[in-house]
Amino acid sequence: MTRRYFLPRPLHPFAWWGYAIALAVTAGATSNPLLLLAIVAVVTLVTIARRGDNPWAKGFKLYLWLGLFVVAFRVAFRVVFGGGDGPTILFTLPEVPLPEFVRGVRLLGPVSLESLLYGLYDGLRLATMIICVGAANSLANPKRLLAALPSALYELGTILVVSFSVFPQLGDSFTRVLRVRRLRRSREARTRRQRLGVVETIIVPVLSDALERSVALAASMEVRGYGRGGVATARERALSSGAGLAGVAVLAVWSYFLLARPGIGPTVLRTNLVELGLLLVGIGLIVLAMRVIGRHVRRTRYRRDRWRVAETLTLVCGLVPAAIVEYVRSYGDPSVLHPSITPLVWPALDPLLLAAVAVAALPAFITPPPALSTAGPALEGLS
Amino acid sequence: MIRFDDVTFRYASNDLFRLDGVGFTIEEGELCLVIGPTGSGKSTLLGCVNNLVPLFTGGVRTGRITVDDRDTTLLPTRELATTVGYVGQDPLAGFVTDTVEEELAYSMEQLGFPEAEMRRRVEETLDLLGIADLRRRPLRSLSGGQQQRVAIGSVLASSPRVLVLDEPTSALDPIAAEEVLALISRLVRDLGTTVLLAEHRMERVIEFADSVLLVHPDATVRHGPVRDVLRDAPIQPPLVELGLGQGWDPLPLTIREGRRLAALQRRRWQDDPPALPAPPAAGETILRAEGVVVEYPGVVAVRGVDLALREGEVTALMGRNGCGKSSLLWALQGAGRTSAGRVTTARRVSLVPQTASDLLYLASVRAECEAGDVAAGAPGGTTEALLRNLVPTIDLDAHPRDLSEGQKIAVVLAVELVGDPEVVLLDEPTRGLDYAAKAVLGDTIARMAAEGRSVVIATHDVEMAARSCSRVVVMAEGEVVSDGPAREVLASSQLLATQVAKVANPLPLLTVEEYERAAR
Repeated sequence: MTRRYFLPRPLHPFAWWGYAIALAVTAGATSNPLLLLAIVAVVTLVTIARRGDNPWAKGFKLYLWLGLFVVAFRVAFRVVFGGGDGPTILFTLPEVPLPEFVRGVRLLGPVSLESLLYGLYDGLRLATMIICVGAANSLANPKRLLAALPSALYELGTILVVSFSVFPQLGDSFTRVLRVRRLRRSREARTRRQRLGVVETIIVPVLSDALERSVALAASMEVRGYGRGGVATARERALSSGAGLAGVAVLAVWSYFLLARPGIGPTVLRTNLVELGLLLVGIGLIVLAMRVIGRHVRRTRYRRDRWRVAETLTLVCGLVPAAIVEYVRSYGDPSVLHPSITPLVWPALDPLLLAAVAVAALPAFITPPPALSTAGPALEGLS
Repeated sequence: MIRFDDVTFRYASNDLFRLDGVGFTIEEGELCLVIGPTGSGKSTLLGCVNNLVPLFTGGVRTGRITVDDRDTTLLPTRELATTVGYVGQDPLAGFVTDTVEEELAYSMEQLGFPEAEMRRRVEETLDLLGIADLRRRPLRSLSGGQQQRVAIGSVLASSPRVLVLDEPTSALDPIAAEEVLALISRLVRDLGTTVLLAEHRMERVIEFADSVLLVHPDATVRHGPVRDVLRDAPIQPPLVELGLGQGWDPLPLTIREGRRLAALQRRRWQDDPPALPAPPAAGETILRAEGVVVEYPGVVAVRGVDLALREGEVTALMGRNGCGKSSLLWALQGAGRTSAGRVTTARRVSLVPQTASDLLYLASVRAECEAGDVAAGAPGGTTEALLRNLVPTIDLDAHPRDLSEGQKIAVVLAVELVGDPEVVLLDEPTRGLDYAAKAVLGDTIARMAAEGRSVVIATHDVEMAARSCSRVVVMAEGEVVSDGPAREVLASSQLLATQVAKVANPLPLLTVEEYERAAR
């Protein structure tokens, strides 16, 4: 039983995205650097243990660098412009005098420890959220994510997949044309006209190549039956895209309300009614759009990812820390989540938050390992 | 299975008929080989089967086409997807997804196959094509032959009744082409699918073909048994040409048949060996490469090649795709990367790259010619005169992209020749050329050699090498594995021997002409 459970397979992409987004939300609710660093460590551990070997999986390192850059940028920003200053002055830089009308903005000058820490905590929180999203991207192949979308979004998925495959091809044409150009005895471009000519000699062949390719691709898709599964009428199309757009807009407003704490409007049972209403209306509109367009789709999916026990466990491992942090925020000691900077207090973790981090690390051990494309000996035939 | 009834086709902007009164019937399970010179309308004819022509190309089509007893006139191409599987020339251009398995399943997803059925068929197709070990590989990382096999598999998976293949091997090297053609002939025998195949390497499939459909340049067709149609076709494999010249009956289609028919002649030659034409004398060395190494990250393309090119010599550079031919040519020209070694020449070296059209970006042939004059500092009209010499019929106002492959090469060559290079390097100039265009190219090469230039052509085309080249250099894994007079290298090799050489073996005769002269 356990043996079967641990057979290598890719997890449902929604599971990884759900897990990662839950952790990102957890990170968003705290500025405790210890907790944030713990989340980064856990996410890195899970990613390294469970990512596949597709090109996206290798992108995680980039997100780590991006996170580091964000932290460094935030801190450097505090050094240059100050803000959130406290009594502990570390060093004083020569201040650049600014004219009267930009009063309130300061360049350089005294740098306080508190100001730097504000920058550090804030940057760390943003970096952790970025790294969580990066982890989701490496753990779940974005293409499998598209494949798991409802069939109404199929067209969108196709567009994305095709454009992804076009980029390397454009790159190929480009390097080929650049290489070939060296054969022509091109003299130094002196006039403006000649410099424009240089652009023309590259862009014209690359674009005509791209055009030929897209026509070939369109023909190939047509030949293989693309678009056979029924076509929606213009009315239905308009209805579904209108409803879809409206739904997305409503959800955007909802997310704004959600982030703008304290919320606006009446609250019942600790739930903001305006927020809840916006959420329900947004989801309803999107579901409506999908129902309308999905009625016509007669298409099937090859090797659809299935939702099994491991997927549920992964999602729970992401949701538990989020719930614990929410609990601590509401009923526990909020100073653990937001350690005080002025006066400066050394941040600490309590056992409950440690447990949350431990739960978040579980997917590295309790999920089946990913199926690697290069693993295993040459396969024997069926017959 | 497929019936054309008085079908005509022309583009709306043009009164010229591409197909004119075409009528034929192809029975179920038949393998029909479609032949004809380039531009004769082979692709148009094949596109008509699943209505890509005129739905995708535009134009006016009249007449009636029935496939599997269904009149296709009003059906869009996608509705025919369950009946007709279509494979084009460049597999990479037609891929929609990015891994092997998903590409195989794509058609079935569109046609709404149930999931279990789809899974089973993908597994079967992987085995049928012998690509089970590639299932998760990205399509772009496959070799050309593997890509084309996947492309064929992706239409086969939904088991269409008819398979239409439009020159499936034209972008492949001979080994990969062999792989694909062997697969097609096996499919015909094992599955009994009706196949319509356009193929210029017809000698490889001719023995499996049940019939030949010859498309004439005047847009009419002739359909009939293989030997009958080939007897007076304008394009014939060398073996058929030889058989006709020697009056052999029945006409040989395979090397085995040819050798049996030539047995008597060979015995005669054993007793009385005929004189063989001597290779033309080459002049002094004008380019010398010593220890050339070309490295790319992770790959060594050329490992220490020494090569000397002489005046008036035509050299064929052969070897499988990726063996370093192009890299060597680029290194010889000087524009490419050279990691070590040295190329010494006092003369100008010109290179015509594989995709000649990349060098053509102006709006008309005339503009290209003028740009060529300006770049070389030659008096106006020089390039044009050179071009007229190569292809007298070229339309100077045409857009370079609209020219045929052969004409594109001619334009690039003319622009290069204005600079009066002593060494001319051609990277796969025969790709996409038909017999007539190859003959023109052969003449051009002979003329350049007669003017004292040294010409190198990288090619897979054995017949071209045998006819035009005096020397053959074979490369493998970045090294030169054999280098010598064309007669010695080509006739002694299993893989590179021409059809005539295989028939005449052990006597090293390469072309039909040589055979006929020796037999006289």
